Amino acid sequence: MTGADVLLLALGAVAVGSGVLVVTTKHLVRAGLYLVVCLGALAADYLVLTAELVAWVQVLIYVGAVVVLLLFAVMLTRAPIGASDDLDRPGWPAALIGGGVGLGLTALLVDAYRWTTVRLPDAGTAERIGGEIFRSWVLPFEVLSVLLLAALVGAVVLSRPDIGRPGAGQPGRTEAGR
Amino acid sequence: MRPVIPYVTAALLFGLGTYGVLRRRNAVLVLMAVELMLNAVNLILVTADTTVRAALPHSGQVFALFVIVLAAAEIGVGLAIVLQLYRLRATVAVDEVPLTEPSPTVDADAREAR
Repeated sequence: MTGADVLLLALGAVAVGSGVLVVTTKHLVRAGLYLVVCLGALAADYLVLTAELVAWVQVLIYVGAVVVLLLFAVMLTRAPIGASDDLDRPGWPAALIGGGVGLGLTALLVDAYRWTTVRLPDAGTAERIGGEIFRSWVLPFEVLSVLLLAALVGAVVLSRPDIGRPGAGQPGRTEAGR
Repeated sequence: MRPVIPYVTAALLFGLGTYGVLRRRNAVLVLMAVELMLNAVNLILVTADTTVRAALPHSGQVFALFVIVLAAAEIGVGLAIVLQLYRLRATVAVDEVPLTEPSPTVDADAREAR
């Protein structure tokens, strides 16, 4: 066990522990905050695994943007502040499938890798990853920008009830719109 | 570095995400569980990048970046849907969403009730 192994073990324990709390807690806001802990532990995991750029992008986008959006949604849907009892459905099918998937994948990966060691490669700095993206992965990168635009337009259309729904809200207005 | 440690972490996180998606009723919590699953996949990709010596170096990390961008797009559209659902039905419980097309009279009644 080297230092990296100990770090990975500790950070993995933090990530899985806070992940358990995310899916079991009765407080909506706390679920979001435990998600921050889980994502932060994973970002530190990426740092140990030499993926520097991915770690910082994870902190920026996940912890910075996605969790804030989720907390906004929690507040905009008027979630109660305290514990709420109606967050869960009956648990045994979910426990069966989730436990089966988790333990099955664990068994598969443990069987594949056992207790082998690998040498860590060169660090994935911004320079290397940027070179890799703009040399080998340019087309997927551009397609991704189109997808982001599509998601943006989709979110705008979804949150405007007067677009694309004839006769639902204001009949006069949609008729005039045609 | 022993790759089995991050791999097992990712597998357990994926299982937890699956459990959360199936267990939770609140749509926002379902989205959080989906984030857990996406992060498990990212951890697998980054770990595979260190263990598998591919022809193109750092492909796994590039894929992880792509998945992060996809997750951001997914959460934007998903939350737009959730907020629209809340505006229409005043609930975010996923098992109260009617899967059939509502008839116009029922829809009008629901609007009257609000």
